[in-house]
Amino acid sequence: MTAAPTVVTVGTSLLADAIDEQAVVARRVDWQPPMPGTADDLAAVAADPLRAEANARAVAAYLGVTAQLVDVLPASEALGLQRGDFLHAGPPIDWERASGPMRGALMGAAALEGLVADPEDAPAFFRAGAGAGYTLDPCHHHHAVGPMAGVVTPSMWVFVLEDASTGARTYCPLNEGLGKVLRYGAYSDDVLARLRWMSSVLGPVLQRAVRSAGPVDVTALLAQMLQMGDEAHNRNRAGTLMLLRDLVPAMIRSGSRAGDVADAVAFVGGNDHFFLNLAMPACKLALDAARDIEGSTMVVAMARNGTDFGIQVSGTGDQWFTGPAQVADGLYLGSYGPDDANPDIGDSAITETAGIGGFAMATAPAIVRLVGGSVPDALATTRRMGEITLAENPRWTIPVLEFAGTPTGIDVTRVCRTSILPQINTGMAGRVAGTGQVGAGLVTPPTEIFPAALAALAERAHERAAGRAPTE
Amino acid sequence: MTDHVSLRSGVYADSVSLLQVSKQVAATPGVRDAQVAMATPLNLETLAVMGFDVPADASPNDMVVALRLDAASVETVSLEGALAAVDAALAAASAPRAAGDTAVAPPRTTATSLRDAPEETIVMVSVPGPSAFVEAMDAVEAGHDVMVFSDNVPLDQEVALKQAAATRDVLVMGPDCGTAVVGGVGLGFANVVRPGPVGVVAASGTGTQQILALLDQAGVGVSAALGVGGRDLSAAVGGRSTRTALARLDADPATTHVVLVSKPPAAEVADAISAYAESLSVPVELVLLSADTDLTGGTEALLATLDVPTPTWRRWGVPDAVHGPGRLRGLFVGGTLCDEAMLVATQELGPIRSNIPLTGDDALDAASVLAGDLGDEHVMIDFGDDALTVGRAHPMIDPTLRLAALAHTAADADTAVVLLDVVLGHGAEPDPAASLAPAIADARATAAAEHGRTLPVVVTLVGTRSDPQDLERQAAALAEAGAYVFSSNAEATRHAVALVAPVPATTAGEAR
Repeated sequence: MTAAPTVVTVGTSLLADAIDEQAVVARRVDWQPPMPGTADDLAAVAADPLRAEANARAVAAYLGVTAQLVDVLPASEALGLQRGDFLHAGPPIDWERASGPMRGALMGAAALEGLVADPEDAPAFFRAGAGAGYTLDPCHHHHAVGPMAGVVTPSMWVFVLEDASTGARTYCPLNEGLGKVLRYGAYSDDVLARLRWMSSVLGPVLQRAVRSAGPVDVTALLAQMLQMGDEAHNRNRAGTLMLLRDLVPAMIRSGSRAGDVADAVAFVGGNDHFFLNLAMPACKLALDAARDIEGSTMVVAMARNGTDFGIQVSGTGDQWFTGPAQVADGLYLGSYGPDDANPDIGDSAITETAGIGGFAMATAPAIVRLVGGSVPDALATTRRMGEITLAENPRWTIPVLEFAGTPTGIDVTRVCRTSILPQINTGMAGRVAGTGQVGAGLVTPPTEIFPAALAALAERAHERAAGRAPTE
Repeated sequence: MTDHVSLRSGVYADSVSLLQVSKQVAATPGVRDAQVAMATPLNLETLAVMGFDVPADASPNDMVVALRLDAASVETVSLEGALAAVDAALAAASAPRAAGDTAVAPPRTTATSLRDAPEETIVMVSVPGPSAFVEAMDAVEAGHDVMVFSDNVPLDQEVALKQAAATRDVLVMGPDCGTAVVGGVGLGFANVVRPGPVGVVAASGTGTQQILALLDQAGVGVSAALGVGGRDLSAAVGGRSTRTALARLDADPATTHVVLVSKPPAAEVADAISAYAESLSVPVELVLLSADTDLTGGTEALLATLDVPTPTWRRWGVPDAVHGPGRLRGLFVGGTLCDEAMLVATQELGPIRSNIPLTGDDALDAASVLAGDLGDEHVMIDFGDDALTVGRAHPMIDPTLRLAALAHTAADADTAVVLLDVVLGHGAEPDPAASLAPAIADARATAAAEHGRTLPVVVTLVGTRSDPQDLERQAAALAEAGAYVFSSNAEATRHAVALVAPVPATTAGEAR
């Protein structure tokens, strides 16, 4: 008690000045009032005796997962999807509320599955509702994630990722490339032709390679990517090439036709985003391990369906907290402009939820101009995300930040306390069905979903304190 | 419309830079569309969709510049102008940027500020009451002691905070803890004291400061002063922080004597704390304020156990030889000093109305205080009370409310004596006498002009020789203005009481 302490001050600057006057430099917190109306709920959640340990458990569970690519399978087999089943990105939505790109992707997928003869016939099919013999359900409800519209149907092939220690699995469809593609809502003949080739050639070639090369450690590849300038959301170039490095020998040896192997390698190598569809399920696998821990305030999913942006939180089960998806701020392809862009869409924000993508901007100087200006801005973005996260990921480190771990585990309370919203790097789909990609940029969730999640956490804490069972 | 398409071979820029170039060029007046891109198959497809006719020999290593000019503006914006815009944008994209702000932004929450903090870090929280608990909890969870200066923290939050702290051996000082000295560093409102053998544990701030100042005058130094908050010894909180603070001082080799200062606690808590204090190896002097026990007396008792002679507590100025009639008006910035003054004065004067009354019958609401309506009884106001600091700085920082009340009181013919306190030290006003001394002079002049009489002003000045405000200069300025200045609040109060004609207890409060 005799040594002069380090003093952290939060609040009145005058009192911090009084510390400074004593030749002890106060470490000042740049405190600002919390989001309006959240003070009581913040106090209730802060007082929750379960919270600290629940969050520690959630982070530990998340960090304990090693995601391995163990197989490539048709969705019918991997997910048990049957004819007429459609998975989609984001929180639940129906046809009536679906945005242009979501509708476009559903139309293309309906044609792909032979449910309609022509994509243009699909709107009538979907408008008829559940009685028409189809189901529409979020990918997230099936341990799956889908980029952009995220539409998955039985004939599409998916990556199968597994946590070696628990056997838990997650799934994601194969990446189709850029431009006019189904996930951005395009459904022209060449889009469908490419999807058919992916199911008939690419999927089987990859399956044979993965099965013979053995599991691919995606978590470890992500660690290397982050050291090589990929933030694993809008830039996956190093990851894609490393995946090829690991799989090409097996592809050549596995008995696939040489021409098919060549086509597959050219397709994967020509698509820098191919690895994104492995990064996403790897992130989901780790985050799923952190789900359903009573008292935890950690966000375990952020996802958008083109209409709504939703989050799920560890301590509130499968409940979605949703608000209107925002239009990204960014750069547009060709002559497209803001009027052409659909609001934010896709499950790919699972990467930010896991602490990469926008959260790892500092490691990806090659794309900073696309998503936020200068290199110092990128460093600041990653540091800022550290304000709303529970931990750093010791496996995923950023060289330019002295190998600091990526900010990990978005904390609902910290978001409400600081008003700092998660920064998401994203692609932009055209507003009109059939358009495809129109740009890429930055987006944040709608503010109100975090106070809503906080209120639910506070309610459960109150219920527990009162000795009643928590309600769903 | 005029289309222009050209290829630039052997020129490369990354796609992101080119998107930005395209955007900039498209913003040039007269340019309808602009697409500057490497001639990859995807980009060629995009250009084709846009209606541009790209040479067939374009390869992915070529840069395509495609521009579409508005027909109407071809006159004013030449193709050369548009191409110049392309060149300028390309040059800008490849030019090194001005150095951005590389300074690391300060942390936004206590939790993040503690991520790389040394073990012995202390946190001081002074955010508004409704947010204080959350920040303090960050400190407790990270295993750091925390001083909660904030007031208006709900009682249940205080209990929750101290429960959490107890399981982690963390000390929570406060809420509403004005003063602490730890490791020689004063936190909140703190006097500059010499190091020494005495550890202070106190429920509130100005009580601690009175003791620190008197000990300093007696030449005795302090090892630490730990505030616990005014409610710590209540039945609800149960003295949780008091126990932790006592244990800390018991374990501290520099501390040979401890003084515990509080308002009278709940009886069962008092018994438990007394028993706990007796179980410690360090002697604990309990100073539980009452009609019989004041801070000065407690300090004198402590000095006796230390075998240090009690000095004559200092005074400055000249007393007014005036006696009543009228009422005593105490206007305090220190809550404990106000409490002590009421306990001392009540014995002679009977009930005293206050916003922090000794009994509920004597309550004066904050609105009346703010309106300057102090009635016609003996009154003592604590301007540092929670109800008077909502959205406003403590009166030791912002003297506005008290100065207004002083002027009001002086104009009231029923005021016989004004009793004030001035508290020095870090955190307090840099020069309180600068505003208070002229106000005192004005008050006395007002009383003389309006009522033709002398208005005695009695001041307690709490401070040490080393305080930044300069104790002697403050005392001199106040005395110069006509105040009689004491270093002991108990002595000041007794002096003021003696100046007021005693009012029989039976008629007190019925005098109007």
